[in-house]
Amino acid sequence: MTDVLVGIENLSRDFDVSKPWLNRVLENEEKKYVTAVNDVSFEIRRGETFALVGESGSGKSTIAKLIVGLIRPTGGQILFDGTNVATRGSASMRQLRSRFQMIFQDPFASLNPRWRVKDIIAEPLRTFGVAEGRAAWEKRVDELLETVGLSAKDGAKYPHEFSGGQRQRVAIARALSAQPEFIVCDEPTSALDVSVQAQILNLMRDLQDEFGLTYLFISHDLSVVRHMASRIGVLYLGRLVEVAEGKTLFRDPKHPYTKMLLDAVPDLEMTGRKRQPVEGEIPNPIDPPSGCTYHPRCRLANDRCRSEVPVLKLHGDTKAACFALEEGRS
Amino acid sequence: MTMDSERLKPPGLWARFFDSDIWYSFTRSKVIMAAAIVTLLIFLGALFAPLIAPHDPFDMASLYLMDSLTPPMWEAGGNPVYPLGTDDQGRDILSAILYGSRISLAVGFASVAFAAILGISLGLLAGYMGGRVDSIIMRIADVQLTFPSILIALLIDGSVRSIFGGIDREQSAFYVLVFSIGLSFWVQYARTVRSSTLVEKDKEYVQAARLIGLHPLRIMASHVLPNVMGPVLVIATINLALAIITEATLSFLGVGIPSTQPSLGTLIRIGNDFLFSGEWWIAAFPGAALAILVLAVNLLGDWLRDALNPRLR
Repeated sequence: MTDVLVGIENLSRDFDVSKPWLNRVLENEEKKYVTAVNDVSFEIRRGETFALVGESGSGKSTIAKLIVGLIRPTGGQILFDGTNVATRGSASMRQLRSRFQMIFQDPFASLNPRWRVKDIIAEPLRTFGVAEGRAAWEKRVDELLETVGLSAKDGAKYPHEFSGGQRQRVAIARALSAQPEFIVCDEPTSALDVSVQAQILNLMRDLQDEFGLTYLFISHDLSVVRHMASRIGVLYLGRLVEVAEGKTLFRDPKHPYTKMLLDAVPDLEMTGRKRQPVEGEIPNPIDPPSGCTYHPRCRLANDRCRSEVPVLKLHGDTKAACFALEEGRS
Repeated sequence: MTMDSERLKPPGLWARFFDSDIWYSFTRSKVIMAAAIVTLLIFLGALFAPLIAPHDPFDMASLYLMDSLTPPMWEAGGNPVYPLGTDDQGRDILSAILYGSRISLAVGFASVAFAAILGISLGLLAGYMGGRVDSIIMRIADVQLTFPSILIALLIDGSVRSIFGGIDREQSAFYVLVFSIGLSFWVQYARTVRSSTLVEKDKEYVQAARLIGLHPLRIMASHVLPNVMGPVLVIATINLALAIITEATLSFLGVGIPSTQPSLGTLIRIGNDFLFSGEWWIAAFPGAALAILVLAVNLLGDWLRDALNPRLR
């Protein structure tokens, strides 16, 4: 199981947040950039669910959009099944695009309100020519609707006639329609009721088993991630601070930030163990802290942490970027 | 297990229409039904003017100068042959209104269509593409917005006439009017469509379409356009009324449709000259027809906005 489907190498993305040109000239200001994703490398193996977790503003959704090509990277590259996604030509690009799909966060915004559900689901498969002719694609749409737990009759309805959970099922059916291998799920359950979340997550797991899908699962909800992920990457301010197997990460977190995140997860067992309360909040990414960006919130920080940037290194089975860990201070 | 056998046959188009929410909301409001009937009557009257008008006001040979300035039939000296009286050349006012609203409506529809197509395309392009395309289109719109639309219409009207001076005025008046009224109204569509497009293009359904590599023009046409058309329909109906009034104004000012083929505005202008000498009917009846037409169209536009929006149902 070391067959890499998606490889992310030194991926970076800056956003221009400068004021308009005239204001800059008048106020004598430089151009300003936010580094949303900073030198991120990881790989996603075929058939696994790789989860990215992090607080708001940590760059999770930016990575998702970079991978599916909705925005272009400032640096680094994305390899899909060995092909560089950025330099693809238009012919191979079309072929490549049909192999990955995305499930969005908000099922109320991800379905065109003026289209019937069957047309929404059919769009990818008609675009990629998976099903030729009206009868063929309608049959396929009916099958897809039943696969995701809806009725074939629902195809004639409009999105506003469905609940949030049902809409997300429609979005999943659309993602599946062109038979992709890899699906990026950008917080697919965070807009849903807790009772519906579990249904959607279980559906996604069943579909993964049935179609051999690979997921990149993005979430800020650690209990959801625990349920879904085979491996987990922890993002902090656009950098990966820890990458580990799901079970390892929850049993034995290495990075101080991961420990703090896990301590913030409520549990029913009331273990009585001492928890580290969440301290501070994520810094302003326009003006990030020097060195390790976590140092203002970290109890173990020393002068080295404030000046040098740590890189991911192996600690046991876990990769973590932390000087305290390297020096055995933790 | 297939559901094909359980599927009901879809009902016919008319059955679905009479079963729809639009028809229901239509039957619920007496004002809207009245407005629709009035609009329909004026449209039909305009469309079939040659069949139902008692006289042909364009046929100079059939005019009798002896019958000029006849008052309406119920006034003293009225003639039942001319139910609403005649103008200074002996033209029947009723027939002139029927033929005139034909021209007014034609100019209105054509200029609204021209303005809408131009404005929607430029607005979509500006909103979706952003950056330099957006800046250029919207700056042009801003500059144009600083001039009143009548002034723009007068300007275009004047320059087209001087550039194509040799063209027969009677032939070209219609197209010049459509072009100048249309060009003075496109900014409103462009701005509305652009602002809606800015909202829609960041929604995830547009990202989903970009994801599968659809061409930007196709995304604009099939995804963004249907979702920005709601406000456009309202603007279009209100603009239809406005365009009719602008046409009437231009004709009233004497730069519109020539008086050989009078539109409602031209009729009002002719009548205006006789208003103080007691021949009120020449201006009053075309004026009333214009007001009723504009009011009915506006009411219908407001109702359509509410009825066609699926999110309001």
